[in-house]
Amino acid sequence: MDLSIIIFLLGGLFLGWSLGANDAANVFGTAVGTRMVRFKTAAIVCSIFVILGAIISGAGTTETLGKLGAINALPGAFAACVAAGLSVYLMTKVGLPVSTTQAIVGAIVGWNLYTGSATNVKILITILGTWVLCPVISGLIAMAFYSFTKNFLLKRKLHILRLDAYTRTALLLAGAFGAYSLGANNIANVMGVFVPISPFTDISISSFFVFSSKEQLFLLGGIAIAVGVFTYSKRVMFTVGNDLLKMSPVAAFIVVISHSIVLFLFASQGISNILQSVNLPSIPLVPVSSSQAVVGAVIGIGLLKGGKEVQWSIAGKITVGWFTLPVIAAVISMLLLFILSNIFNLSVSF
Amino acid sequence: MFGLKSSSLFSDTKKLEREIDEFVDILSEVGLVFKNIIPTYLNHSANTQFDEMVEKVKGMESKADKITKEVEHTLYEETLIPDARSDVLRLLEHMDEIIGMYQGNCYHFSIQKPNFPKEFHQDLIELTDTVVNCVEALCLTVRSFFRDIKTVRDNGHKVTFYEKESDIKFSALARRIFDSELSLDQKMHLRYFVEKIDRICDQAEDIADEIQIYAIKRSV
Repeated sequence: MDLSIIIFLLGGLFLGWSLGANDAANVFGTAVGTRMVRFKTAAIVCSIFVILGAIISGAGTTETLGKLGAINALPGAFAACVAAGLSVYLMTKVGLPVSTTQAIVGAIVGWNLYTGSATNVKILITILGTWVLCPVISGLIAMAFYSFTKNFLLKRKLHILRLDAYTRTALLLAGAFGAYSLGANNIANVMGVFVPISPFTDISISSFFVFSSKEQLFLLGGIAIAVGVFTYSKRVMFTVGNDLLKMSPVAAFIVVISHSIVLFLFASQGISNILQSVNLPSIPLVPVSSSQAVVGAVIGIGLLKGGKEVQWSIAGKITVGWFTLPVIAAVISMLLLFILSNIFNLSVSF
Repeated sequence: MFGLKSSSLFSDTKKLEREIDEFVDILSEVGLVFKNIIPTYLNHSANTQFDEMVEKVKGMESKADKITKEVEHTLYEETLIPDARSDVLRLLEHMDEIIGMYQGNCYHFSIQKPNFPKEFHQDLIELTDTVVNCVEALCLTVRSFFRDIKTVRDNGHKVTFYEKESDIKFSALARRIFDSELSLDQKMHLRYFVEKIDRICDQAEDIADEIQIYAIKRSV
């Protein structure tokens, strides 16, 4: 493989690392923040299931992102990924759980603007709409789960220690599901822009198993996410777990499961097909923000408790990050594209 | 899996549950022994039966200490109930103090041999009964905290009720002692014993109040 291709792919891997450091932390942030699951355990489980989710169910959201702006040159994809990764890194540095989804969308729109390509407004509106829907749905699911769990526990009269053991198990299972959903939903952010220009070829192992070039890309992206989880996610986990709302371990479980369901809904081709088959509106397969899903769930529980315990200042800071992130990513993207095309004389589009 | 082997998570949990239950059983049993110690002392002063009962209390106190240490060790070693760990340990320590207070009372009776005239016997026995009832209500509150937080308030209310009863009985008895013809040194000596018994209720009420706060923190 050409060395330049590897260098360009590094852009995507950097973004994957950022996603692992930031968004993946949302999956286990509440569990680790409440000290119910150790960071090391969380990182291992998270990594395995993110990779599985990416390879098995990552195709749907990738297709949608490809429609927003089909970056058709490797240097262009490199610039978009580095721009998104850099903007997420900057936000992570200040401890804010921002969204890789918003960063990559900002970066792709930046590429569209720089190269004069048309932005698919319909897809953009669909994506923006899901960004609003995502925390709302997550909050509603969390509220429903919270009420149910509270009543259930009051009736069951579990010993505090037994409840602790069950909660730990539930947190780990929900975390695994969350990591799978995250991989399925967000791998598009990391490797989506490389799919149309994949440098890999399909690998056939006997006639039964074909490891497609797309899957190879997703595996690579999944590994990059895993590296991000291990090297840089601890701080964001504690921000998510402790700062926004002081949570009980059971509430932490509810946050993780609500977040996971939302991410799964927006990534599942199967659920989308079922809804279509019974003439219901299908769910758009869009990469949504795991950060927004977590914040939505946490605020949902906080509101159910009367809203007094929610640290609104932190919620506000996170919201500001959501608005500024796509803009920052778009600006950095255009800047990088300018540098690549004018200083390095590379074609950033065809 | 969580910092400890998954297979041992549930077995550790069950073992701890048993130990905490056993600890509360001891607190309750010490009270019941104490309830019998006072009449035994009053009727026979210090005798073999009394000494045996004091020894029994001593044995139970040692066992309670051992359980506290084991629970503390396991909770920290296995990082169990991270959100409620400090509350649970403080609760056990404060309950252990009640067992210590029972034991202290027994020792003081054994060493100082206070001379309670017959006219105060019934009042002292009634005060002791109220104190033991108060601690029994505390035991229920503690069990509620661990298993059924909805009933913490009801049981905690009973502790408060018995504590007030105990205060009334203590005041009445102290007043009768000081109104009597006894010498001042004897009055002071008897008051000291009555007060020490009554203080068990104060401690029980403080713990019950703490549990109410812990229960709020424990709510999902």
